[in-house]
Amino acid sequence: MKPNAALEGLFNGGNTPKAMKTGTTIAGVVFKDGVVLGADTRATSGEVVADKMCAKIHYISPNIYCCGAGTAADTEKTTDLLSSNLAIYSLNSGRNPRVVMAVNILQDMLYRYHGQIGANLILGGVDCTGNHLYTVGPYGSVNKVPYLSMGSGDLAALGILEDGFKPDLELEPAKELVRAAIKAGIMNDLGSGNNIDICVITKQRVDYIRPYQESQYKDNRKIKYKYRPGMTPFLTEKVVPLKLEVVQESVQKMETA
Amino acid sequence: MLEEAAPEWLSEEVKTGTTIIGIEYDGGVVLGSDSRVSAGETVVNRVMNKLSPLHDKIYCALSGSAADAQTMAEIVNYQLDVHSIEIGEDPQVRSAATLVRNISYKYREELSAHLIVAGWDRRNGGQVFATMKGLLTRQPFAVGGSGSSYVYGFVDAEYRRGMSKQECQQFVVNTLSLAMNRDGSSGGVAYIVTIDEHGTEEKVILGNQLPTFFDQ
Repeated sequence: MKPNAALEGLFNGGNTPKAMKTGTTIAGVVFKDGVVLGADTRATSGEVVADKMCAKIHYISPNIYCCGAGTAADTEKTTDLLSSNLAIYSLNSGRNPRVVMAVNILQDMLYRYHGQIGANLILGGVDCTGNHLYTVGPYGSVNKVPYLSMGSGDLAALGILEDGFKPDLELEPAKELVRAAIKAGIMNDLGSGNNIDICVITKQRVDYIRPYQESQYKDNRKIKYKYRPGMTPFLTEKVVPLKLEVVQESVQKMETA
Repeated sequence: MLEEAAPEWLSEEVKTGTTIIGIEYDGGVVLGSDSRVSAGETVVNRVMNKLSPLHDKIYCALSGSAADAQTMAEIVNYQLDVHSIEIGEDPQVRSAATLVRNISYKYREELSAHLIVAGWDRRNGGQVFATMKGLLTRQPFAVGGSGSSYVYGFVDAEYRRGMSKQECQQFVVNTLSLAMNRDGSSGGVAYIVTIDEHGTEEKVILGNQLPTFFDQ
């Protein structure tokens, strides 16, 4: 689907601005006490890395978080909309939001747009019915699975998950599994890279660890690019005082009775 | 040289590329499906249950575009709930199939999903309906999805009237196994649902427990 086809006409065959895709590896695993979500932090625009510390794990509600792959703007806006709508629903009903509610709202929205919104989302959360992990595709299809990965690095990550997943994992092995899966995506996919973010959701609390592991390939800047105050030389100086007149003065008494 | 940061299949539509089958016997129906969901050449979900409940004793089997099929099943589920409250009793299988048919006929240009509706009701016992592209027809058995092409010969030759519940379940499992072996878009595990007067029974048959044929 090319919603920007009309845009190409305006550029007369020149280079249209490329949408910023997250070219990503995201993964999620359901473990004994909750859900672990993981993501890399690279956002690409064509062949350039546009953001090295992009946050791909989005807040939906206190007990639900969402990883997004696909077009960066679409995932941001869709998750923001979902978060607001879910907050309204839960205020209206007086109940904590359930993961399946978030999934239904998302599916509804994405199906209505017939794939024009390029958002591949992994939703994970803990509610009164248990620990859940869902994925929603851009056309509106929903899959409920105990572990999954999405994005351009998903096949590499899935290999690690398929090998290491067991039902009812403990917290540390689950975090390690997700970390290894994202690492595999970063190592084997050009569109994924930089650091690894992890989000652990349990009934009691949410641990958003950003970054969980930093990239070992950090560049060392040779010099500082900040300008010290006083570096720009003055050529001339002219001071013009602004004459202000008091036109109207009004006093309002504050009642403290 | 990177042409695109993301692979083609991320933006390709997710299809269920499936084998589904429904068969009626005296007293109920058996519905079966494989579990593979593909997007282009990648398998997106290898354990998807394509047998979706429309009501307590009416199920439908999904095939074609995953999003379209799931949405159709959800809408019909809702409409059937309302209908059954209005009439004050369990709905007929024909009603469910008609609701599915109405959606697939009205939106035949936009949708690309085929649902097989099967269930049990008090009036007519077990029934199987095919609803492709807006037609509605009751059949003793129906196959659908991309894998069905490979097993038409088998089902035509092997089907006999008056099979028992166990024979029907075996028939469904054999058909699914053969189709999953030949069709690239079908695979994974087999889900079987048996619906009769007493209730609904869901079963999963894992890949290595499926019956094997000459080349395995």
